[in-house]
Amino acid sequence: MHEWALADGILKTVLEFAEKHNAKSVKKVTIVLGELQDVELEIVEFALNEMKKGTIAQNAEFSFKEEEAIFKCRNCGYTWKLKDVENKLNGEMREDIHFVPDVVHTFISCPKCGSRDFEVVKGRGVYISEIVVED
Amino acid sequence: MIDPRVKAIEERTKDVKRIIPVVSGKGGVGKSLVSATLSLILKDMGYKVGLLDLDFHGASAHIILNADISKLPEEEKGVIPPEVEGFKFMSIVFYSEDKATPLRGIEISDALIELMAITRWNTLDFLIIDMPPGMGDQLLDILRFLKRGEFVVVATPSPLTINVVQKLLSLLIEQKMKILGIIENMVRDLSTIKKIAAEKNVEYLGEVKFDPNIDRSIGRAKDILTTNFGRDIKKIAEKISRSGDY
Repeated sequence: MHEWALADGILKTVLEFAEKHNAKSVKKVTIVLGELQDVELEIVEFALNEMKKGTIAQNAEFSFKEEEAIFKCRNCGYTWKLKDVENKLNGEMREDIHFVPDVVHTFISCPKCGSRDFEVVKGRGVYISEIVVED
Repeated sequence: MIDPRVKAIEERTKDVKRIIPVVSGKGGVGKSLVSATLSLILKDMGYKVGLLDLDFHGASAHIILNADISKLPEEEKGVIPPEVEGFKFMSIVFYSEDKATPLRGIEISDALIELMAITRWNTLDFLIIDMPPGMGDQLLDILRFLKRGEFVVVATPSPLTINVVQKLLSLLIEQKMKILGIIENMVRDLSTIKKIAAEKNVEYLGEVKFDPNIDRSIGRAKDILTTNFGRDIKKIAEKISRSGDY
């Protein structure tokens, strides 16, 4: 799964942050998982727990928050959620979006005016919202 | 908020010896054909090659190579770029199902970062990047994330190209990027780009004669190599392969 690639990026970013702050260890990391990318939390968690061994993050607690995907049309201003348009997406499309969330513009349009010029306001992909280190 | 994908990009390209973005100021100068043909020739010369099509709005490398894009690239701790004509190939078309993908700047940048963060090139001698024309998001992201890129600039002798090429070269020079040189494509009689290369102190990699028959070879990779276009690019590929310091 490409979740491993994401987990690898998360851990390397955390370790770089800790190094920059001359931290002794990493205590806690909070990761936000956007609904649109639909990554498997269990795999990211497993990969992180495997990869953190032998690093200063080996005792860190990784916690996850799932974020609902919200879209806003740039043309008419309408706001909608992923679940409102889920019936427009088949399994293959969901898989495409899983790898490159931005291709959502290929598959859905504004439910009100039909424009494909919309913003993913929240819940696009994976990011780190908090890193707690020990000095 | 910290984006963890940026670190992943470094990791994914760490075993790539040389990264060559193929750029131009203007569209329609033959970047995609030059990129795909360079990849084919370097592979034939025995090198391990990857081709990344970053021209999201005008992706065409898969058309030139007649690549099968019906299946998603295989997943294994990332994504393994499929082999096409003996080299590794990655393009957004695998994920957009080759449909129109209207993206604005931030979305282009996000898609680029995502593709680069998940694609496992492993060991390569050359990663050729087919760039969109101009100085927009993709070029700025390459300047930001792939500082060791060695740029190949494609231009044509048209007076419409010259002014834009001068600006592009000025930007790359100002940003202290390594420029391998300029390819002058679609030359009918007189070269105009040699003078620009000399003025900017950039290597003139060679001229590629205008080949009226090249369109007939699109989609048949082997045929491209036997065209006059293919033969001219071969001389340039040999020059590029010799220019490495390893």
